[in-house]
Amino acid sequence: MSNLSHPKGAPPAKPPREMWSTRKVFILAAIGSAVGLGNIWRFPYVAYENGGGAFIIPYLVALLTAGIPLLFLDYAVGHRHRGSAPLAYRRLTPKAEGLGWWQVAICFIISIYYAVIIAWAGMYMIFSFTEAWGADPATFFISDFLQVSENINIGFDFVPNVLIPLVIVWALVLLVLAAGVQKGIGRANIIFLPLLLVMFLLLVIQSLFLPGAADGLDALFTPDWGALTNTGVWAAAYGQIFFSLSVAFGIMVTYASYLKRKTDLTGSGFVVAFSNSGFEILAGIGVFAAVGFMAFTAGAEVGEVAGSGGIGLAFIAFPTIISEAPLGALLGVLFFGSLVFAGFTSLISIIEVIISAVQDKLGMGRVKTTWIVGIPLALISILLFPTTTGLNLLDVTDAFVNNFGIMACALVTVLLLTYAFRKLPLLGGHVSDVSSIKLGLGWRILVGILSPIVLGYILISELIKKIQEGYAEMPTWFVGVFGWGMVVALIVVALVLSLIPWSSKSAANDPVLDAPNKKEVSK
Amino acid sequence: MSTAAIIMLIISILTVWGGLGLALVNLQRHPEDDTRMPEEHAPEL
Repeated sequence: MSNLSHPKGAPPAKPPREMWSTRKVFILAAIGSAVGLGNIWRFPYVAYENGGGAFIIPYLVALLTAGIPLLFLDYAVGHRHRGSAPLAYRRLTPKAEGLGWWQVAICFIISIYYAVIIAWAGMYMIFSFTEAWGADPATFFISDFLQVSENINIGFDFVPNVLIPLVIVWALVLLVLAAGVQKGIGRANIIFLPLLLVMFLLLVIQSLFLPGAADGLDALFTPDWGALTNTGVWAAAYGQIFFSLSVAFGIMVTYASYLKRKTDLTGSGFVVAFSNSGFEILAGIGVFAAVGFMAFTAGAEVGEVAGSGGIGLAFIAFPTIISEAPLGALLGVLFFGSLVFAGFTSLISIIEVIISAVQDKLGMGRVKTTWIVGIPLALISILLFPTTTGLNLLDVTDAFVNNFGIMACALVTVLLLTYAFRKLPLLGGHVSDVSSIKLGLGWRILVGILSPIVLGYILISELIKKIQEGYAEMPTWFVGVFGWGMVVALIVVALVLSLIPWSSKSAANDPVLDAPNKKEVSK
Repeated sequence: MSTAAIIMLIISILTVWGGLGLALVNLQRHPEDDTRMPEEHAPEL
């Protein structure tokens, strides 16, 4: 499709779309986005609880049959249509624009609470020097640090120890984003990602030398082959891969839209996907070696002290380990520093989805858009979460936006693109035109048939579970408003935003609308 | 550590990091074409 209103040689009406200087920067940014808190505190426990060493089989199958194919789908949409998620989907077919806004709305919700966890980790990095949590890290975290209220509602009793670092996190992330795609996001990833890797490697090495480390690894890697016959284990593997790779919520669409025309999408995607998994394996080793040490000092079995990962692992179990371990302060700085850097590069990518969409929609410059989007976003985050009631709100929004936001959006996206809009041949063809590894019928089957089955299974299972059991013994009204209500609101907002026309100033009228033709690419 | 755990640890590392190694080799064999900017490829310009 060519745009006849922009004949060859016509001067550009506005600055050209931003782009990565090289594909290496894109790959680093995409890895920075994929490697987040979930790699460190979710993967080790999912593996441990779902077959241990045997989990590697469903994990690799899920990576190759759903994670990487869906990653390529995102790349194809963003790269072919060179726009933020709403614009890229709109250019694919106007009826799909709402999918892009749905993804933007999901990123809005995630960003406002994700920043808070980075703020906590930053504070815990400082606490590590003095082991401020004392003898009872659980009480310290809940009562002293977060000052969690017994009332589950929305309050405005601010906790300065969280508020101040949260303001700093927002200031830093917005400064990075205001600097632009290459100078801001690219540079931040070039600095933070290698730093994260070095810090985490040191953490793993230190953990491996702790007494009891071998017991922790034994618990993580001893295979339970019987688990492979359990569909729940396979669903857990697909769920882990899906959440870990940053697919289906607009990030990879946005990042791929900043790539040069002739970029090896599949070659780059394999590097990103295996780097993400490589980091997860490393995290499993580091975390379970440390958990093994915790069991050793407690004179207990690994299973008795392992907990269930997530916030409990980071802010309760790890402080316990740091207090007991030789060179504990170093271990603390490495662990919480890794959380900060892993989280920061992911947060950048989540907010970029929103900034990019608003920038395209309003046709404004990068800096102006960053403040127009970033300041309200930061204020909402600062108003709701560094409070005595923030933890419960975070807990509910996180659980619901992941399971019924991202997961539902992914399912609807693959179903619409495959069966309603029938765009998979077009998108696969585009990727094949520019890439080293071609996508054919196999890819279309994985995206159009296998992925909806797996995503549908996980989504329905979660739906039944949440309807039958509620969520974490929280009041029905609270879960109703900030869980169910929020995920429905995301869809309503997406539909409303997709009805707002694109003005003449918007990027919808920019000249670069379509993929290069085959003749151009093969030059 | 049990033998089974050691074997699965090694297999996990080899498959995932081996996959990363292969992906990097594949990418190196297809170097980036730095000489062209994206606009040069866009048919509508």
